[in-house]
Amino acid sequence: MLEIRNLHVVVEGKEILRGIDLSIGPGEVHALMGPNGSGKSTLSNVLVGRPGYEVTQGEVRYRGRDLLEMKPEERAREGVFLAFQYPVEIPGVSNAYFLRASLNAMRKHRGEEEIDAVDFLGLIKEKMKLLDIDMSLLNRSLNEGFSGGEKKRNEILQMLLLDPMLAVLDETDSGLDIDALRIVANGVGTLRSERHAVLVITHYQRLLNYLVPDFTHVLIEGRIARSGDRALAQELEQRGYGWLEAEQAQGSA
Amino acid sequence: MTAGPAESAFLEHFAALEAGLPGHGLPWLEDLRREASASFRELGIPTTRLEDWRFTPLTTLAKTPFQPAQGAREISPAAIESHTRVIGSAPRVVFVNGAHVPALSSVGELPPGVCISSLASALAREPERIEPHLSRCADHKTRAFTALNTALASDGLFLELAPGAVLAEPLHVLFVQTGEDPPIAAHLRNLVVAGPGSRALLVEHYIGSAQGVYLTNAVTEIIAGRDSRLEHIKLQQESENAYHIAGLSARQEAGSQITSHSLSLGGRLMRFDIQIMLGGEHAHCTLNGLYLARSTQHVDHHTTIDHAMPHTTSRELYKGILDGSAKGVFHGRIHVRPDAQKTNAHQSNRNLLLSESAAINSKPQLEIYADDVRCTHGAAIGRLDEDALFYLRTRGIDLEAARSLLTFAFASDVTGLLPIEPLRESMESFVRDWLSGGQGTR
Repeated sequence: MLEIRNLHVVVEGKEILRGIDLSIGPGEVHALMGPNGSGKSTLSNVLVGRPGYEVTQGEVRYRGRDLLEMKPEERAREGVFLAFQYPVEIPGVSNAYFLRASLNAMRKHRGEEEIDAVDFLGLIKEKMKLLDIDMSLLNRSLNEGFSGGEKKRNEILQMLLLDPMLAVLDETDSGLDIDALRIVANGVGTLRSERHAVLVITHYQRLLNYLVPDFTHVLIEGRIARSGDRALAQELEQRGYGWLEAEQAQGSA
Repeated sequence: MTAGPAESAFLEHFAALEAGLPGHGLPWLEDLRREASASFRELGIPTTRLEDWRFTPLTTLAKTPFQPAQGAREISPAAIESHTRVIGSAPRVVFVNGAHVPALSSVGELPPGVCISSLASALAREPERIEPHLSRCADHKTRAFTALNTALASDGLFLELAPGAVLAEPLHVLFVQTGEDPPIAAHLRNLVVAGPGSRALLVEHYIGSAQGVYLTNAVTEIIAGRDSRLEHIKLQQESENAYHIAGLSARQEAGSQITSHSLSLGGRLMRFDIQIMLGGEHAHCTLNGLYLARSTQHVDHHTTIDHAMPHTTSRELYKGILDGSAKGVFHGRIHVRPDAQKTNAHQSNRNLLLSESAAINSKPQLEIYADDVRCTHGAAIGRLDEDALFYLRTRGIDLEAARSLLTFAFASDVTGLLPIEPLRESMESFVRDWLSGGQGTR
C-alpha cells in the first residue's frame, strides 16, 4: 500500500530524514519508534503534504501512485489520514460542521451523495459513544479549549468517521491516561482489517500493549536503524534507544 | 479655499429648501438649522488634513454636485420584499430617497406607551415631544456631516417609549435609495427617546439600487433613560457606488444598556461614527461590528465611548474582512473621566486581509483619567492561519473551501450575536455568498 524508498527530507535547511525505506502492506500494523528529534513527526508530515517539507531525494508511492505529487486534500480523499500530535484549534468552526464537511468531501470524491444532517448525527453519535467522547464536543469550536485527551480522541473520531486506507497516528498516546489509551487503542483496532494499514508513531511502547504491531521500526537520526517484530518494541522499552544510537554512530563512523 | 461642487451645492440647498423642511416655522428648529448651516459653512467637507479624516479622503464625494432629494419615487412592495422578509412581520417604517412612504410602512397595533412615527409628522403634530431631545447628543458644532444633517434632514424615524414600555418585536426602519441621475443626497435624522425601564429592538437598514451613485447622510440619536434596554442593529447594504456617512450618538442614563450591532456590507465609501456617553452609574454598552470590503471599497469606523460616571462598563468587538484593494479604518476611542472609578472597558478590533493590496489602519485610543479602572484593548491584523488551512485540507476539504470556511468562522463571531434568527441566517448566507465572490444575497 505504501512504499517509501530512500526518502531524504530537508526542513528549514536541515536534513531531517536521511534515506528512509519503509514498506507497508494492507492489513498490517507498523510501529515507528525512536528518540525525540529522530524525524518521526517529519515523516508523518511529509506523508500528508505539509508545506515547508522539502523532499530532496527518494520517492513515496501510495497504492501505485506518486504520493508526493498529490495535494494534501487529494491524499486525504484517497484514504491517507494523519492523527496529529498537536491538532489545530479553529475558533468559529463547530466540530459538527467540520466533521460533516470533511465526510462530505470524501463522499463527493467517491461519487456518493452528501450525507444529510440527521443521518450524520446518528452516525457520529455512534462513533462518539465508542470512543467515550462527550456529546457536547460536537457543538464546540473545533479543538478550541479541548483538553489534550479530548483533542486526541477527536482525531481518532475523525479517523473512524473517514475510514482511511492508511492511518498514521503521530504520538496519539502522549497525554492520554491509561483508560483513554485503551479506548483509543480499541478504536484504532476497529481499523484492523485486510483493507487497512496503520502506522503508529510513538515514543513509548505503552500503546503497543493494546495495539500490537506486526512490525516495529526504530528511527534514529533520520534513518531506520533497525526493524523487527513486536519483540523489538519490548526490547526498546527495557534497554532504551542508547544502544541503537551507539550502533548507528559506529556504523557511520 | 473655495468650496468644491458638493459643498457649494449643499450651501445652496440651505436657502432653497429651508421653507419646505419639516417643522418649518418652529422658532427653535429654525434657530437650530441656521446654527447648523453656519457650522457647515465654517467646517466645509472634511479633508485628510483633519486627524479624524486622515485616512478617508472624500475627494470624489466633494466633486459631486449632489441634488436635493425630490421626495419618494414610487416603488413596489415586491422591490423591498427580500429585505423586509428577514425581519418578519414586525412594525416597519420605510423611507424612499429621504421621504417617508406610508404605503410601504405598517406599524399596526402597538403596545401601550410605544409611539412610532416619522420625524416629520411628529414635528407637525407634537413638536414639544421632539424639542427637548433633538440635537442634544449629536454634535453639529464640530462635525460637518452632522451639521449638514441637522440643517437639511428631510425626515427619519421618531421612536418614543414611555416609562416601562416594551416593544418586543423588532422595529424595522428601511431606507431605500433608488439611485437617481443626477445623484441625490438624502439627509436622514432618527430620534429614539426611551423612557425609564423601557425596552426596544430597532433595525436601521440602508439599501440602494445596485449601481446608483448617491449620498446617504444619516444621524441617529438615542436617549436611553434609566434602566432602559435598547438593541440597535444597523445594516448598511448600500449600492456599490454609494457614499454612506452615518452617525449614532447616544446618551445613557444610570443602569441603561445599549447593544449596538453594525454590519457594513456595501457602499463605495462608508463612514460610521458612534458616540456613546455613559452618563449614569452602571450604564453599559456593547458595540459589535462587522465590515466587509473588497475591490476599491473604503470602510471607516470611528467609535467613542465616554465613561463619564463610576461603575460604567463597555464591550466592543469589531471585525473586518478586506479583499482586493479595499481600505479600512478603525479608530476606537475610550475615554474614562476622572470621576469614573470602577470603569470596566474592553475593546477588540480584528482584521483579516485576504489580498496583498487590501489595507487597514486600526488605532485604539485609550484616554484614562481615573485610577481604579480596568481597560483592555487588542487590535490584530492578519491573514488566514496556514496551520488551520493545512489541517482542514488533510481532512479532504479543498483549499478554496477551507479558506472560505475559516473566513466565515472569523465573521461568525459577530453575525452570531444578531438577536433575530432569520436576519442572522440571512446575514450568514450573505457572508458566504460574498466570500464566494457573489454580490451577497441582496
